Amino acid sequence: MATNQALRGLDRLALGSVQDRSPVRLARKAWAAAWPKLLAVALVLLVWELVHLTGWKDLVLKGPGTVLSDLWQMVQHAQLWAAVGVTMKRALIGYLVALLVGSAVGLLVARIPPLRAALGSIITGLQTMPSIAWYPFAIILFTQGEAAIVFVMIMGAAPSIAAGLITGVDYTPPLLLRAGRTMGLRGLALYRYLILPASLPAYVAGLKQGWAFAWRSLMAGELVVSIVGPPGLGVLLNTDQNNLDFAGATSIIIVILIIGIVVDMAFSKADRALRRRRGLLDPSVSG
Amino acid sequence: MTETRLTPPATRPGAQDWAVRLTSVSKAYRTGSAHLLALDEVSLTVRAGEFVCLIGASGCGKSTLLNLVAGLDQPTTGVVEVGGRRVGLMFQEPALFPWLTAGRNVELALRARGVPRASRRQQVAELLDTVRLSGFAEQRPHELSGGMRQRVALARALAQDADVLLMDEPFGALDAMTRDMLHDELERICADRTLTVLFVTHNVREAARLGDRVIVLSSRPGRVIAEHPVPRRGPRRIDSPEVAQLAATLTDRLREEMGQHGN
Repeated sequence: MATNQALRGLDRLALGSVQDRSPVRLARKAWAAAWPKLLAVALVLLVWELVHLTGWKDLVLKGPGTVLSDLWQMVQHAQLWAAVGVTMKRALIGYLVALLVGSAVGLLVARIPPLRAALGSIITGLQTMPSIAWYPFAIILFTQGEAAIVFVMIMGAAPSIAAGLITGVDYTPPLLLRAGRTMGLRGLALYRYLILPASLPAYVAGLKQGWAFAWRSLMAGELVVSIVGPPGLGVLLNTDQNNLDFAGATSIIIVILIIGIVVDMAFSKADRALRRRRGLLDPSVSG
Repeated sequence: MTETRLTPPATRPGAQDWAVRLTSVSKAYRTGSAHLLALDEVSLTVRAGEFVCLIGASGCGKSTLLNLVAGLDQPTTGVVEVGGRRVGLMFQEPALFPWLTAGRNVELALRARGVPRASRRQQVAELLDTVRLSGFAEQRPHELSGGMRQRVALARALAQDADVLLMDEPFGALDAMTRDMLHDELERICADRTLTVLFVTHNVREAARLGDRVIVLSSRPGRVIAEHPVPRRGPRRIDSPEVAQLAATLTDRLREEMGQHGN
């Protein structure tokens, strides 16, 4: 049929071109993403070395050469990896509990109007609370130990996670809701097939922010709460402080920074993949 | 749900010849202290298998009327009856779920009405074939053109097992060429499936091209002010003289109506 043929032609015209995925292009893309970061690191090292050369705080401040070789030594020792393991285990446990609490609270607040009236502004308020301020309270309540740290991680991360979910539910496009209701989606099915998938981008943004807060709370916790058992990164940092070991402390800080950046990159990648699948990303700037 | 009655044909003895019936339907909205009458005593019967176009200037309550028939809203007074199996609704935007592929979007409508998994896949393939999008099941909405998205939305509406289709300016955002072809497609699909269609548009040519009957609504409040049956003699074209003639008549009627608001 003529209409059919014309329609097919029109469809083909409307569809965009296929993306080029050759290795050369991918390598070029990777380089384009990497060089500004490498340049930034080089600049920091340069400034650091210059400050070191002026002889400022000569007794304690070591140059990048000393610190990096110290870090290299550390990386080869089991003690650092054991500490990373201890800290990451706490991070995982604390974050997972915060995830459950935050998601449950977020969902309840989004669904039940009186709860929202009661808790909505409290959740926003909690997000601005510096996590270190919770520790005296947590230590009094749970005494010194891991429970205090997990508690503060929850107080730090759960509000962001809940707020992300609430935002996502609130901003479900009304037109999609109308389409879903016409389709016969009601109650739980409406949440499962429409509202929750629609909330996913905002929820992931909340998860990412929640991770940043959890990580900060954990580091603060390892510095101020004394725990019996194998040392985490915070305890190593404390020891270096007591020994006035500048190179050691700086090395640990670099390790903490790298872990934070790697996890954040994983969240960003998930977020971008999600947006790309939904066509919410401008293809020309998708890095 | 007392005002909207869904009457399945099976439970009703003797075939009824109407698919949608509105009896003195009024709908008022309260916006702050103001009282807005969107529809005023609208009575309208759509026969089964009929294609009825509703035209009117903005504010004539066209969308309100469709929401009432779809059961998404309740009339203030009057009775809305739907005699079909199910009502499907299409909007100016395709309103597809962006996280699902075209095929999954259609499948969700099947799942929502409880079609078992085993037969869903085949039905999705058939429905996409009906709207001539067989090769596009795996594409996501943003990878399709506007016209293709609207066809997926049509397939989704059909997947609801709808025999009454409510369309709210469904081709309003498309270019003329695509719209023209979708008119042909819609006509074919309606004939194949004996669908009853209530089609809202502000495009008089589109109304004259598609409708078996064109109903003109007044604005604020919405009232039926004219009815034009369109004698059907084979397929029509949007640029045929009969369509142009009816379009001119409808335009005159609408201008007259708007002129009254200008005074």
